[in-house]
Amino acid sequence: MDKVIIAENLSLAYSNDETIISKANLSIDSGSFVFITGASGSGKSTLLKSLYGALKPIEGSLVVGGVELRGVSSSKLNFLRKHLGIVFQDYKLVKEWTIEKNIMLPLIINGYDKVVTQNQVDSLLKHVKLRHQAGKYPLELSGGEQQRVAMARALAHNPILILADEPTGNLDDYSSQLIWNLLEGANEQLKTTIIVVTHHIPQNMKINYKHYHIEFGAIREII
Amino acid sequence: MKSFKNHLSLVIALLSILFSLQSFIIVERAIDGYKENLAKNYALVVVAKKKIDDKKLIVNNSLIATINEISPDGVIQRLNNGMSKKNMELLKLTLPKFYKLKLKHYPSPAELEALTKTLLQKSTIQKVETFSKTHDTTYKLLLLFKRVISVFAVTVMIVTILLIFKELRIWQFKHNERMNIMGLFGAPVWLRSAVLFRLAIVDAIIASALSFVIFSYLAATPWIAQELNNIGISIVLFDPLYDFLMMLGVSVTLSIFLAAFIVLGHKEEV
Repeated sequence: MDKVIIAENLSLAYSNDETIISKANLSIDSGSFVFITGASGSGKSTLLKSLYGALKPIEGSLVVGGVELRGVSSSKLNFLRKHLGIVFQDYKLVKEWTIEKNIMLPLIINGYDKVVTQNQVDSLLKHVKLRHQAGKYPLELSGGEQQRVAMARALAHNPILILADEPTGNLDDYSSQLIWNLLEGANEQLKTTIIVVTHHIPQNMKINYKHYHIEFGAIREII
Repeated sequence: MKSFKNHLSLVIALLSILFSLQSFIIVERAIDGYKENLAKNYALVVVAKKKIDDKKLIVNNSLIATINEISPDGVIQRLNNGMSKKNMELLKLTLPKFYKLKLKHYPSPAELEALTKTLLQKSTIQKVETFSKTHDTTYKLLLLFKRVISVFAVTVMIVTILLIFKELRIWQFKHNERMNIMGLFGAPVWLRSAVLFRLAIVDAIIASALSFVIFSYLAATPWIAQELNNIGISIVLFDPLYDFLMMLGVSVTLSIFLAAFIVLGHKEEV
């Protein structure tokens, strides 16, 4: 099976501070569903940031989607990010754009045709049950609704990999369930690799998943 | 309203730059016009022992436009009291030759000094009257006026550029979040900063258009033309095509340069 992420002796740190992840090894198959857990401050979000190139490895090698991220150029990083879908705990929606335009963002960046873009956005808005809110702005929506918009944006361009950082951290049960259903659906139907950083793995997961735990800078698989 | 206010601050800053620039150009044109007038009315008087070869003198001195002999008749008329015609003719022959030298442009004191030196080197020329005292004062006054205006214009421009820079920093802060989010989805720098550039260019166009309206109005105002006419200057206050294109070029270039500076200084948040 193809590997979408290969980390060898990976060490991560913010500037010259203390190393957060130390000489870790990680290999993730394409099409898998992966949970990464760990205590607060253990380095879960740091690891996720390194996967989309916001934090460069200080040591070792990290290959995501075939792109080596250690010393990666900005053009290669942009190329990789075009094929990623990222969901943040704080949603990271553009406040001055409508919901519709926020979902369009990766499609615009990837140069999709206008008609295709509109159709895709309409379909996603229906999926996340926000069709009636298309013209609204993020701050006019609840937290759960904003996260559903972020989820739709992450799925819009059929990415090879979705990275989600505590996607249901602050959400009500209804929105949480909707997010998990969307992630499971993308993994099952589109074979998208999903990596979710979370404190708690939901009890009612319908699909098989892998579980990694971060502790004291090391990543180990929980079987 | 908020968006209008955002535009207004940069538009006003750009407008003040364009205003000082065009004011400087107008002063420059007025000084050139005045210098042209002075050159028309200004002449040197050369006294020579005998007739000089004016064509040769013009060829050898690029500053000289024309040489005209001044008739001594006026002087002789004043002396003709009881003088015989024969004596008058004799006097006419012994009098030196007077020439009026017109120059191509109003000379600087250095140019005038060099010309006087060259002329006095000719054995036939006895004296050159440049009326230098009056000339120097006028010329220095013009230069002083030009320098004061230049210093004022440059100061206004520097202060305004700093203001624009501050304004763009506020923009960057405002647009930072959107630029970061776009960056996370792989948007290239040009796409991330497109809004910033668009705003800068739109504001540059608005500022140029406002300047166009203001200066077109001023150029059509009779009292300004009247004031200039009073001192014998006739200049184009505002050329609707050339001056507008120059203003547009300056404001757009400046805005793009400053926006690019901000974009290049942008760092992705970790």
